[in-house]
Order: sequence, then structure tokens, then C-alpha cells
Amino acid sequence: MTGFGALLARDVRLVLRRPGDVAVVLAFFVVATALFPLGIGPETNLLARIAPGVLWCAALFASMLSLDRLFASDYEDGSLDLLLLAPWPLELAALAKCAAHWIVTGLPLALLAPLLGLTFGLDPLALAALTATLLVGTPTLSLIGGLAAALTLGARKSGALLALLALPLCVPTLIFGAGAVEATVSGQGFGVHLAVLAALALMALATTPWAMAAALRQAGE
Amino acid sequence: MVPPFLEVTDLACRRGGRRVLDHLSFSVGTGELLALTGRNGSGKSTLLRTLALLVPADAGTIRWQGEDVVIDPDRWRSQVAWLGHLDGLKADLTVRENLHSSQPDRARVDAAVAAFDLSALATREVRTLSAGQRRRAALARVAASTAPVWLLDEPLNALDAAAQTLLHAAIARHLATGGVAIAATHADMPSARPLELGA
Repeated sequence: MTGFGALLARDVRLVLRRPGDVAVVLAFFVVATALFPLGIGPETNLLARIAPGVLWCAALFASMLSLDRLFASDYEDGSLDLLLLAPWPLELAALAKCAAHWIVTGLPLALLAPLLGLTFGLDPLALAALTATLLVGTPTLSLIGGLAAALTLGARKSGALLALLALPLCVPTLIFGAGAVEATVSGQGFGVHLAVLAALALMALATTPWAMAAALRQAGE
Repeated sequence: MVPPFLEVTDLACRRGGRRVLDHLSFSVGTGELLALTGRNGSGKSTLLRTLALLVPADAGTIRWQGEDVVIDPDRWRSQVAWLGHLDGLKADLTVRENLHSSQPDRARVDAAVAAFDLSALATREVRTLSAGQRRRAALARVAASTAPVWLLDEPLNALDAAAQTLLHAAIARHLATGGVAIAATHADMPSARPLELGA
């Protein structure tokens, strides 16, 4: 686990050295969600109804923004070769990079979301559901996005290709994430939705590292 | 009879539909430096990448201490320190941080930093270094490793005469401890056994 921890720490440190990259992601999330109340007007009921979908969609798009650089910088500066030659499994390296992506993207999005939820008039329970579902659901987005990033490594227009590959695979997470908040708004609990989101995250955790490693090995040739 | 440290037999590799390496055989003994020479496109980098298992061979075997490396590729990779065409350094990290990310042993990192005269640059971000200084930092990463097999692709690139002397000294120390080094190069390397590719 030493290699995993070292790579995770290195990638988080790299992002902290360039805080602008995270700031762009968070700014996109804020601006994209803020446009809806401005465009639709101050109809609290309508805003509260669309809030789960809007916030989850915005979080999904925001988390995709930085994914095309997940492996691209390693590919461009030659450190991908070092990952491929590291004396520990490449699957763990891919997982460490996705974990770092989640720490600097998914986690801040989940923590910022309740503040934006307030502008949509969500009640405290719905805000709690929103935060919980984003905390459980965004790791899946990082893992699926990481897989798409590995598959599109070295391709031209990889950003657009990445989104085309990753977004359809993120639909179940989006549905259950937004559905949990919607269920809470309509007076039902969000436990079942959260359980499904956790299952999706575990499924992604169990499958994507191997696929990412295979794609990275292919790219390294 | 003790087998050679590294033995390559009938190695073949195609790249982009072209056979770059064909029936290549050679061996490297303990404490030996092999210099791969040859014209551009003769397969020097491909051979290094094939030896590191970064590129699959189409035919042939690579044996390390008598054992085919594909039987336990992770074990083989753990024996290899790599320097590619690109430096493999993170521009936003300092020299020391870059070295620490692959070698947690502080003493080894300090020794490698000193060996390549990087002490004054150790806390500077790599993006602020010249090409030659970056190459020295990348070589220091190799020197900090405990791997017995050094695979170096154009290690002398961008190095001035003083830095080249430091590299030759580092290689000599590595060979003296029983390691081996294989370097693709267009320049002369003292005490190296040449292997010309594409001849």
C-alpha cells in the first residue's frame, strides 16, 4: 500500500500546486446550477422539483471536466512508463489516481452542493440526501471517468470522446442520485437509493481498475 | 555453469507493421554496461522497451538469472530502473519530491541528489530547470533506485561535459555493486561493450 499512498499523495499535491484546475471545476458547478434559478425565475416549487436533476447533472458534467488530464499528463511527461514498471499492481496505481481525482473533485462538489441546494429552496432533509448521495455516488463517476480517460489516452479530441464514453455509463448513478433527493422532497426516505448508489460504487470499484490497467498497458506500447 | 545475468535469445519485435528487431541475441554479465548503437530507427528504444516489457516481443526470450522474465513479469519489473526518452518528472513538483515519489528512502534520495550535483536545485520545481538539469534529476531518480538493471534511453541527452562525467561515475558505481546497465546512445560511453543494431 506504500506505492498506493505515495501516488495518491503525489497526485493530490500536484493538484494543490495548481489550485486553478479545481477552482475551474467548482466554478463551473456553481455557474451551471446558478443559471437555472436565473433562467426559470423565483418559483420555489418548480426550482425544488428540478433541483435534484439539475444539481446531479451539473456535478456529473463538472467531474468530467478534469478527467481528460487524469492519465494524459503522465502519458505526456513519461511518468506513465514508470507506473507501468512500478513493482506494485498497475490496477492499484489506476485506483490511486481515481481516488486522488475524487478527493480534489468529487468531495468538494459534494460539500459545495448543499449551499447551491439552498438557492433552489431545498429543505434540510433534501440537502442531507443530496450531500449523502453525492458523497456515495461521485466515486463511481471518478472510476467510470478514469476508465474512459484510460481508454481514450493518446486519442485526438480525447475530451469529447471521454464524455461520450463515460456519460452513458454514469446514467444509473445519475438516476439513483437524483431519485434519492426527489424521494426525500416528496416525503419518502432515500435509504434504498443510497444503497443502490453504494452497490454501483462497489461494482465500479471491483471492475474498473482492471479495465483501466489493461487500457493503460495498451497505451504504453 | 552460472547463466549470464541477462540473456536475450532470438528476440523479434514489430512496430507499425515493420519488423524492427529480428532474431536478436545477446547477453549481459554482472557488472557490465552494454551500449546500444545504430542509426535512427534501428530499434534501440524498441529494444529497451521490449526488455522492460513495455512492448510485447513477437518472438524470442528474455532470461534474467536463467529465468524467463514473462513467467513473473512483476518480479522482473521490480529489478528494472527506467529512463526513457522523456524524463518522467512532474513539472509542478520539486526535484526531491519527484525522487521521493519513487524512492521513499531519504538517504538514497540524498545520495542520488549529491551524485548528480543537484543539492542546490533539490527544492526547485522541475518546471524551472533547464533541459540538462531535468535530465540530471531523471538520472538521479534511476540512481536512487535499488534495481540492479538500469535501462537508459539516450541518457546523455542535453548533458554538458561535467554532467556526463557524473553519469559515467554513477554508472561505474552501479556496475561495481554487481548491477548491469543497458543504454541506447549515439555518444561514446567509457568501458561500454557496444551492440550495434540494424547492422
